[in-house]
Amino acid sequence: MKNALENIKNEAIEALSKSEDLKALEDLKVKYLGKKGELTAILKQMGKLSAEERPIIGQLANEVRSKIEAKLAESQEALKKKVLEKQLKAEKLDVTVPGQTFEIGKKHPLTIVMDEIKEIFLGMGFDVVSGPEVELDYYNFEALNLPPDHPARDTQDTFYITQNTLLRTQTSPVQIRTMEERKPPIRIISPGRVYRSDALDATHSPVFHQIEGLVVDRNITMSDLKGTLEMFIKSLYGEDSQIRFRPHHFPFTEPSAEIDVMCFNCHGEGCKLCKGEGWIEILGAGMVHPKVLTNCGIDPEEYSGFAFGLGLERIVMRRFSIDDIRMFFENDMRFLNQF
Amino acid sequence: MNLSMKWLSDYVDIDVSVKEFADGMIMSGSKVEGYESENEGIKNVVVGKVLAIEKHPDADKLVVCQVDVGKDEPIQIVTGADNVVVGALVPVALDGSVLPNGTKIKKGKLRGVVSNGMMCSLGELNLTQNDFPYAIENGIFLIEEDCTVGEDICSAIGLNDTSVEFEITSNRPDCLSVVGLAREASATFDKPLTIKEPVVKGAGDDINKYISVEIKDPTLCPRYTAKVIKNVKIAPSPRWMRERLRASGIRPINNFVDITNYVMLEYGQPLHAFDLRYIDGNKITVRRANENDAMMTLDGIERKFDSDMLLIADQSKAVAVAGVMGGEYSGIMDDTQTVVFESANFNGPSVRKTAKKLGMRTDASARYEKGLSAESTVNSVMRCCELVELLGAGEVVDGIIDVDYSDKTPKTVKLEVEWINKFLGIDLKREEMEKILTSLGFEIKGDDIIVPYFRIDIEHKADIAEEIARIYGYNNIPTTAPTGISRGVVTPYQKFERTVGQTMLSLGCSEIMTYSFISPKYYDKILLPKDSPLRNSVVITNPLGEDTSIMRTTTIPSMLETVSLNYNNRNPKLWAYEIGKEYIPIKNEKLPDESSKLTIGLYGGKADFYTIKGMIEVVLSKLSITDYDVTPCTDNPTFHPGRCALISKNGITLGILGEVSPKVAENYEVGTKIYIAKFDMKALFELSGSEITYKPLPKYPASTRDLALICDDDLPIIEIEKTIKKAVGAILENIKLFDVYKGEQIDKDKKSVAYSVTMRSDKGTLTDEECDNAVNRALKQLEKINVSLRK
Repeated sequence: MKNALENIKNEAIEALSKSEDLKALEDLKVKYLGKKGELTAILKQMGKLSAEERPIIGQLANEVRSKIEAKLAESQEALKKKVLEKQLKAEKLDVTVPGQTFEIGKKHPLTIVMDEIKEIFLGMGFDVVSGPEVELDYYNFEALNLPPDHPARDTQDTFYITQNTLLRTQTSPVQIRTMEERKPPIRIISPGRVYRSDALDATHSPVFHQIEGLVVDRNITMSDLKGTLEMFIKSLYGEDSQIRFRPHHFPFTEPSAEIDVMCFNCHGEGCKLCKGEGWIEILGAGMVHPKVLTNCGIDPEEYSGFAFGLGLERIVMRRFSIDDIRMFFENDMRFLNQF
Repeated sequence: MNLSMKWLSDYVDIDVSVKEFADGMIMSGSKVEGYESENEGIKNVVVGKVLAIEKHPDADKLVVCQVDVGKDEPIQIVTGADNVVVGALVPVALDGSVLPNGTKIKKGKLRGVVSNGMMCSLGELNLTQNDFPYAIENGIFLIEEDCTVGEDICSAIGLNDTSVEFEITSNRPDCLSVVGLAREASATFDKPLTIKEPVVKGAGDDINKYISVEIKDPTLCPRYTAKVIKNVKIAPSPRWMRERLRASGIRPINNFVDITNYVMLEYGQPLHAFDLRYIDGNKITVRRANENDAMMTLDGIERKFDSDMLLIADQSKAVAVAGVMGGEYSGIMDDTQTVVFESANFNGPSVRKTAKKLGMRTDASARYEKGLSAESTVNSVMRCCELVELLGAGEVVDGIIDVDYSDKTPKTVKLEVEWINKFLGIDLKREEMEKILTSLGFEIKGDDIIVPYFRIDIEHKADIAEEIARIYGYNNIPTTAPTGISRGVVTPYQKFERTVGQTMLSLGCSEIMTYSFISPKYYDKILLPKDSPLRNSVVITNPLGEDTSIMRTTTIPSMLETVSLNYNNRNPKLWAYEIGKEYIPIKNEKLPDESSKLTIGLYGGKADFYTIKGMIEVVLSKLSITDYDVTPCTDNPTFHPGRCALISKNGITLGILGEVSPKVAENYEVGTKIYIAKFDMKALFELSGSEITYKPLPKYPASTRDLALICDDDLPIIEIEKTIKKAVGAILENIKLFDVYKGEQIDKDKKSVAYSVTMRSDKGTLTDEECDNAVNRALKQLEKINVSLRK
């Protein structure tokens, strides 16, 4: 029996070493270790042995079993490794082949920058307010200190619907409507479409976007206006932007200012981008004219405020080096897909 | 307004560079657009003296000149001009010189003879006969000025002024003048301003013998001042005057016209000179036009007028359009003997309207329309007379005509030092404020600020604050943040709109932006019925063109225009959306309803009806809008009658989606299928779900049954779904359509649909029996709508 066990062991180990696949290994496992396997068959004969022989043979049988099991595990491991290696080799891909195409929609470039500007002002405590585009003359002009026949009306060539209704030429009427509806403190921006009867060319569009802002409260000063706009411009153009506040005239603010940033291209030297001026005009602003506050039922002796406005298209054109404003409204996919 | 720096120096002594001058003026409120030196572009051109002229050996039309250019040796120049004479002074462009048009002159050979430069004509120096009336246009400029041989041409002929171009804001017509800008410069650079009263000697006689003036409409003409000049000698103006006009961008004409232009530029008051011969009845009447009035203006155009326009007329006819332009036949001629100078004040808005209606904006009307002070008429006309005497151009008749209805009360504003400091966020002393105001011409009397007559824009203490701020320097005002805490609020609607946009982007649609106005023809293009209420649009009375003449009542044409543009630009695919407005007029309301729409447009990219429907389903699901109704829409002519659906909930239509009718696609020249959806943003917003609540993950397993069904071909599938849902009841977790089949093994008027029905209970594992019962309940109900299991 001892010999028989030794033979099984040697035979099994040899067979296990030679086997080439996992299926063969499994078969060998059954053949030697299974319920009807050879080892079991021998062990069944244990009863015929003497009491002295039984523990010796038993121990030997266990040794043979664990040896075979160990060899089986070893061979299984080696074979699995081999199989994996083979699989990995077979599955090799050309990683330089382009990936699967996914198409996501693109935000319109005007929205990209508009959202950015809204975020900046939201962070500064401004609400975003909107109003009608077909507007009463009163809100677009008169309440803003632009009575009929005011020469400044000429500079804003207006589309009229009737004598008293028009397409708003600025988003300022939203400020008037807001002041009529809300009590100070007021801190709003009013982004939206505005209309001017400018013939369409590379730099003029009869429809464009403005973002205007308004702050009204007690003790609002011109230095607050400067601080607020400086913070905005630095958020939009970077901390190192150079800014200048230049006196200007708007009928609805007094004092009025235009705000320039130093040309990003030439840093003040003068170049094609800034038309040789070294500065690029970004915003118009000023302290709300006391007459405008009065028109809205706000006492200018108690409250003061400032307002500002900027045109979106020009900012976006400079941001993305777009040289034709018409691209924004043509919606050619070859244009939109670039953003 | 172009300012001559030489002229400015008559009034204020500016000792900084032009760049510093421009920067300073910009920062105190007078915007400089640019500046240009007259000698810019001219290099190495000198005065030469012609010493000898010989014929060219090989060319009949050329001569060879020896010219002294102030160097050791004379230089040889070949020219084709025939007006050169020995002894003449000429401009010589030396070897290596540059002319204003950019031409570089180099020495060379002309027909074999060396030429070391070029003699120049007026044109080559960018001048005209108006600048030097004694010179000829076609030939070398023979200089008659007092100059020396070898001198730089610019200094020799006075081309050494610098012109600064200002863009003056509409509230400061006083700055459309040399004196006005000098005052600003004086305050900006803290330099004294020298203004002299005009002094006129006079030649006796009496103006009333020559002319009388009547104002019929004092509202439109508050003041009319006139002086008469007799024994007039029309001649070119002196060089200094021509130079200054030229630097200011005005063409010199003759002494009288030049004087009126000169004083307008200097004082900002428009003036006009009439030839007394053509004033019938020797009386000027300022009146509104009547329908019979007609006149040819100085620009040679025959004009007709209406009663809103103000005319200067004599006893029989109109002689000028008040504040705009004079008549062709009453102006200064070469043989004029007696001149009437008009210095008047006209109502700004009236001049503006007249100039606009007649389409003739002039230097005069541009000044009047901004509103001039009536106080400047006398001074200005006296300055004209002073210049007449200075130029020896005629004799000033004594006396002045001054019909004056203007309001003489000076405006006053209180000086509120504390308020101004608080308003601006600065801390200036009263004396500092007074100094700034005085430098700008304001007078301080106690607490009152007396506004100078030329400052029509000052009315309120905020205006005073601006004066202080701009001279103190905007950039010297500190920067602070507004006090008080404020929080920017994104409204629920704004959040909703953002969600819709982001969902569309993630579905692969790009955002577009289209014009809000369209052509009325677009309604025909989308086959909108003739009697559709949507054809009633907000109409623009003064559109740029028909294509942009009405406000759209539907966004669909805008989307189709975009589709068409992209298709015709051969873009293979367009998946786009727009959140944009429609403008619907409301009866008896002044303003239309502006309602926002989500519009989706698709072509290419394997899009079909179910692509756009799927997108809408995603949007609705994202907004937590469930249990909506989908009904076929067969009567919207824009859409394919068999491929169009309305989505509604609780009887409210949310929107429409479908394939665009082939006829409409053809109208837009699109040769592929187009899918459009349009949804009302407000309706979506109102139905959109609020907060999301987490549901625990299921504890018990689900059971699934697949059902292959046969039904009538025209049965809307939604009916099957609804029936199954109702019959299975609470244990239904999900119902999914995974196949629709029509074809060989199925009867012609039938279709096969396959559903996967998932059931689950949160109380325990469902038994096979429970599931089978549920399915059987469904099948029984389905039989009622003629749906059976496929065998």
